[in-house]
Amino acid sequence: MTSYPVLDQKDTRSGFGEGLLEIGKADDRVVALCADLTGSLKMDAFAKAFPERFFQVGIAEANMMGMAAGMTIGGKIPYTGTFANFSTGRVYDQIRQSIAYSGKNVKICASHAGLTLGEDGATHQILEDIGLMKMLPGMAVIVPCDFNQTKQATIAVADHEGPVYLRFGRPKWPVFIPVDMPFEIGKAQVLTEGSDVSIFACGHLVWKALQAAAELEKEGISAEVVNVHTIKPLDEEAVLRSVSRTRCAVSCEEHNRYGGLGDSIAQLLARELPTPQEYVAVNDSFGESGTPDQLLAKYGLDTPDVVKAAKKAIARK
Amino acid sequence: MTQTDQAEARKASVQELRSIASQVRRDIVRMVHACQSGHPGGSLGCTDFLVALYFHALRHDAENFTMDGIGEDLFFLSNGHISPVFYSVLARSGYFPLDELKTFRRISSRLQGHPTTHEGLPGVRVASGSLGQGLSVAVGAALAKKLNGDPSLVYSLHGDGELQEGQIWEAAMAAVGKQVDNLISTIDWNGRQIDGDVDDVMPLGDLRAKWAAFGWDVLEMNGNDMAAVLEGLEQAKGRTGKGKPVMILMRTEMGKGVDFMEGSHAWHGIAPNDAQLEAALKQLPETLGDF
Repeated sequence: MTSYPVLDQKDTRSGFGEGLLEIGKADDRVVALCADLTGSLKMDAFAKAFPERFFQVGIAEANMMGMAAGMTIGGKIPYTGTFANFSTGRVYDQIRQSIAYSGKNVKICASHAGLTLGEDGATHQILEDIGLMKMLPGMAVIVPCDFNQTKQATIAVADHEGPVYLRFGRPKWPVFIPVDMPFEIGKAQVLTEGSDVSIFACGHLVWKALQAAAELEKEGISAEVVNVHTIKPLDEEAVLRSVSRTRCAVSCEEHNRYGGLGDSIAQLLARELPTPQEYVAVNDSFGESGTPDQLLAKYGLDTPDVVKAAKKAIARK
Repeated sequence: MTQTDQAEARKASVQELRSIASQVRRDIVRMVHACQSGHPGGSLGCTDFLVALYFHALRHDAENFTMDGIGEDLFFLSNGHISPVFYSVLARSGYFPLDELKTFRRISSRLQGHPTTHEGLPGVRVASGSLGQGLSVAVGAALAKKLNGDPSLVYSLHGDGELQEGQIWEAAMAAVGKQVDNLISTIDWNGRQIDGDVDDVMPLGDLRAKWAAFGWDVLEMNGNDMAAVLEGLEQAKGRTGKGKPVMILMRTEMGKGVDFMEGSHAWHGIAPNDAQLEAALKQLPETLGDF
């Protein structure tokens, strides 16, 4: 299988910070808004470079979403920054009416998503945000897998006309996507080819999926790992192409099993190509305090869980 | 003629504006009657204000609507349920054909129950209806104007009941914090909401003191006296560009112009029957021709 050496250990939110600075330099229509989490979101560099285009809005996320919608009127491309929980659940109606229904070109950038937020616990660990956002008509949902890809995605969303939900996380995580690997919104990436099982993953769990594929290979099982960084619009062709060969699927995500990547794939397969599918996702529960590693293990999102799910999917063929 | 002169020449007189307002009120009751649905009370109360805005105060280009509105004054209706008055004023100032008012709240119409950009209706720049969101949008649009070096103004209108939404006060804080002094917001202070008098449902307290305490430049006006509305809007314009957002607390009567709809919250969101329509229209002279 194709190997992906670990290039570094960096948080995906820092990829967002670097990407924001770069797109800010390239396009003066880009403005950024932050609800009192500039350091956490790594937006400091943009704020320092472009103080006139940076808007500190305080702890008032609903107003931030409305202001961002308003700024598109006049041709700006606003990037909002706060934690995933406060970027979605807290402001769902503001996003729904003022941004999505109004067709506004706002980039909702959300850090500290999922369990790997860690010690702050379940109040902050949203596991429902992918579902909330993908249900909104016209909303693109992007969950990049490492620092390099988060930077690429942050730059790419500026050219995507329409609202975007860009989800990333807090902890340092292996950097394994080569900087020159092309990134295109809506185009899934086959990271390693295989013939026995398709493993579809997004975000932090792409790395876990690659680790699992390496484990499976030792046992003579050939797994195909597909990085579905864009959950909406889903790259249906890539999913069907993979599954038509492997004839079973595993979905991996740092999200509730309801409403996330797994459900998007299951819906597609039910419609086009009924296939056994196993979920690696949080089993309809809230999270809790702990380290990222402890939480991923306890909630069934670690490498052994992906291995187990792959074997189960294969057995169901 | 300079652009300013042309704008001055287009301004309607008080008498002309009163006459347009009468026609707009006819439109409102006829639209709501035709589909037996909608919100006539607040629409009638805000008619004089919206007529004064669109036919006198606002510098806008109805025939060449663009979403960005660069170089134009922008208006955001936050209390989207008073869509009948908004649609009538937009149509009569040239944003879309008058005939389209017949489609209000009907299937496949651009004139949805609450205003939206979704069907591409010229004149609407954001969806509204879920209350409390329009001030944030107006603040954002005003900041974009500043970034663009665009000296035109942003206006917004809100219900008084709507002030019970917390987001309004977030936006009130932000407008002052970011010195959004190219914004003129207006509260339709009719004292009524669906369930009854605002004071009974959830009192707003000293509204003037609240907005002043947030740091806004506050003025009051009678929203159902056309001369007073023109004077109030003129005063408000004069107070822009001085570091503070401007708030007009506008006293109106819900249902204004139709005697049996006045003095109660009852007509907030119900439609007149045939006899009530006839009675209403008798009180409102047709001036520009019904749609």
